[in-house]
Amino acid sequence: MAADEAEKARGKRAALAFAAVALVLGLPLWWKTTETYRASLPYAGISALGSLRFQLTVPVSVVFAKGALPGAQQRRLPFADTQEKESLLNPKTSITSRYETTYRSATVTEQAALATAAVQEADAALLLLQEDSLGALTVYVIPEISPLLPQGVGVYVGKHRSAVMRCPQGPGDVLAAVSARVQQIVQAMSFTTDSITAALSDRVPMDQLGTDTRRPFKSSLGYEITFSLLNPDPKSHDVHWDIEAAVSGYVQPFLDKLGLVANFSVDSQILYYAVLGVSPRFDKASSSFILSALSLPHVINPVEARLGSSATSLYPVLNFLLYVPERVHSPLYIQDKDGAAVGTNAFHSPRWGGIMVYNVDHPAPDKALLPLRVDVDMVRVMEVFLAQLRLLFGISQVPLPEEFLLESPGNKGLTDWELDRLLWTRTVENIATVSTTLTSLAQLLDKIGNIVIKDDVASEVYHAVASAQTAMLELASGHLGSAFQASKEAVISSERAFFDPSLLHLLYFPDDQKFAIYIPLFLPMAVPILLSLVKILREAKQSKKEPTKTD
Amino acid sequence: LLFSCLVFLKGVGTVERKNLSEDQAEQFFRSGHTNNWAVLVCTSRFWFNYRHVANTLSVYRSVKRLGIPDSHIVLMLADDMACNPRNPKPATVFSHKNMELNVYGDDVEVDYRSYEVTVENFLRVLTGRIPPSTPRSKRLLSDDRSNILIYMTGHGGNGFLKFQDSEEITNVELADAFEQMWQKRRYNELLFIIDTCQGASMYERFYSPNIMALASSQVGEDSLSHQPDLGIGVHLMDRYTFYVLEFLEEIHPASQTNMNDLFQVCPRSLCVSTPGHRTDLFQRDPQNVLITDFFGSVRKVEITTETVALDPNLVGLETRVPNDEMATEPLKYAEQLPVAQIIHQKPKQKDWHPPGGFILGLWALIIMVFFKTYGIKHMKYIF
Repeated sequence: MAADEAEKARGKRAALAFAAVALVLGLPLWWKTTETYRASLPYAGISALGSLRFQLTVPVSVVFAKGALPGAQQRRLPFADTQEKESLLNPKTSITSRYETTYRSATVTEQAALATAAVQEADAALLLLQEDSLGALTVYVIPEISPLLPQGVGVYVGKHRSAVMRCPQGPGDVLAAVSARVQQIVQAMSFTTDSITAALSDRVPMDQLGTDTRRPFKSSLGYEITFSLLNPDPKSHDVHWDIEAAVSGYVQPFLDKLGLVANFSVDSQILYYAVLGVSPRFDKASSSFILSALSLPHVINPVEARLGSSATSLYPVLNFLLYVPERVHSPLYIQDKDGAAVGTNAFHSPRWGGIMVYNVDHPAPDKALLPLRVDVDMVRVMEVFLAQLRLLFGISQVPLPEEFLLESPGNKGLTDWELDRLLWTRTVENIATVSTTLTSLAQLLDKIGNIVIKDDVASEVYHAVASAQTAMLELASGHLGSAFQASKEAVISSERAFFDPSLLHLLYFPDDQKFAIYIPLFLPMAVPILLSLVKILREAKQSKKEPTKTD
Repeated sequence: LLFSCLVFLKGVGTVERKNLSEDQAEQFFRSGHTNNWAVLVCTSRFWFNYRHVANTLSVYRSVKRLGIPDSHIVLMLADDMACNPRNPKPATVFSHKNMELNVYGDDVEVDYRSYEVTVENFLRVLTGRIPPSTPRSKRLLSDDRSNILIYMTGHGGNGFLKFQDSEEITNVELADAFEQMWQKRRYNELLFIIDTCQGASMYERFYSPNIMALASSQVGEDSLSHQPDLGIGVHLMDRYTFYVLEFLEEIHPASQTNMNDLFQVCPRSLCVSTPGHRTDLFQRDPQNVLITDFFGSVRKVEITTETVALDPNLVGLETRVPNDEMATEPLKYAEQLPVAQIIHQKPKQKDWHPPGGFILGLWALIIMVFFKTYGIKHMKYIF
């Protein structure tokens, strides 16, 4: 009997030991080995990035030439001033524009530069005296009567980052009037609240989708530009275009200037027997062929299939097509919505590219020797293509009052302050993209329980958060160049993290399938343990009752 | 100042002058997309599922005809019917009885073929999480202004769609994939069409905005096939897709037909199953959504009115002498296969390896059996 009891006791202890091991070791082990691996992510940093409070600082220096200010006010120089303007776009986004203005009088060399006859030379001379940093602006104030600016022009905005303005005359505080004028100039040359809001169109839903937000390409790390010559009638026209020279002479300087913004690759091709998808109408009045504005949308699709896009590049492609119409359809003009002929004979499509029609002069039929050799006037063509390129990048004209004289960018295609405008909007857009990407990644990880986060993905996320924070700080301190670089790095890292191939969520199993898998594994093991535990408990209860009975 | 003329499509041939307020109203109802993409998936393999490949290729053909270029179409076909050994007319896939319409021509560009059509690849295409070595034609490079058409066909059930007879995609996974696309703004609007049995179950779980879904049958119903062809021996098309295609044949790039007409396609009398649709997640009224917003690719254009002033004198352009007849040395191909070396090769000196486990085991067994039978005392006679 005693042996029996000992046996039973040993049995009970064994059952309890099994149960203990199963619970203490087995359950946590099973839980740990079946959970999805998630390296730690900076969730705090990501949620801090979720609400963006942009502080955009523009360092402005206002330089007064001799004689511009009346004596009393002259004595107040030099001094510094800061103006801030905050606009709240939505509870999570706000923009604070900060203009840190320093007022000083001109140095001797600057005075000499401003004394030249033509304002363009003055601009070039002043450029050498400035420390040319991205985002910083200089405004030179010259006396009202100075002959430097032509008649009727109150402000001249140069090719670089400086402007020249006449000092406003009148009673009262001249400096206040000057600072109001300077504010206007600086907004035109750097950014306005509207332009920054347009860059944030993802976060701030715009009720009216204007064409200006839909036309330019989104900020991307690189672009591919393809110039194509379409010659549908090689029997009549032997078209030659010196595209290499034109690209290196006109397009490359523009792209070099934009080199800070993105990588560009340019290629060109000639397509023969490529016709437009629409047949043009003959207009007796002008004895020419007309492509009306309504048929233009149908032109692009049939051609696009033949254009080809690089199989290796993943960057967005901009296509610029030069179409030389067939001999029987010459001359071919494009008409706009009101029926008027278009001066440039070209049109463009948002986020795609542009097409220009190049008409060839045909000599009299009997003198014609087919095929006619055509040498394309690349200057005329490039003028149009560059204009389209500017529009597709979002470099559009800023509406300015009458007395502003804007210097044309010349062969570079882009003035420095236009580049600054682009950089301001691009930096803000990049930071907004990073914020959206990372917050949506955090949301996805919350919602979909079985996405794995590896260590390298986590390190990219950390890098993205750090770069975005750097970019915000640099924007606040007025360093546009480094802010843009930091924002670009942040975008690269966040895109790499979000689109990492390993982030594909594991297969989803409905609950009944999960039960079907676990029951055959765990039930045979669990049943004896549970039953023996139940038996032990019942015996313990019985033994507690028994002493009262046998008494 | 820049004029931008947004060009609106009108009926062919009519030029109407609209006043400003009408223009603005139009603008509000128009979709804000600038490009179109299509992802067409056929998920079943084997010869008797000919009709699924024919379905997908017919939709592909319509979508191409209405303007979407190949570079914007991701076509996934799980099996090759045109070159199937059982196809009595090789290099053709017919969608009409009596072999009237061959939807497989020489300009069909299949991006994912045969065993590449898997749930994983499909989800990778949608979410963009593709390995870096994938070519451009296999990617969905859509942006926030893209309208995407997704068409899926195959065998399905309540809440799942079967891929390749070996795996399934559930409606939850599909809804999650669309949510990931939305989070990264990979689409402006999405039209999802599915032609399988119990197709409506696949769009039940969608929760992302701007999705419109159509299915060929409700939960509990089967989608039926249309007509067998006695010459080929299989059913050529499914009913729902057949009638959708008849509907699409009347659409041309400038048509103004809207989505409500598409919802009426294939009533119960023709289709036997009840087609369903879901528009609660879509922001615009289906009345204002054109068919060509998803099936075609209509570009918005603007007239260019500005030019940049260029000064040719500043550019040091050397006039290039046309030297087209430049003497270049003739090109040769590199040796692809060093045949001479292979023919005259001496046989390779193979290194000696000790006998593997099997041989050792076999000999150990033989020796053990021998000594067990005859006794260990014979050992000294052997060694």
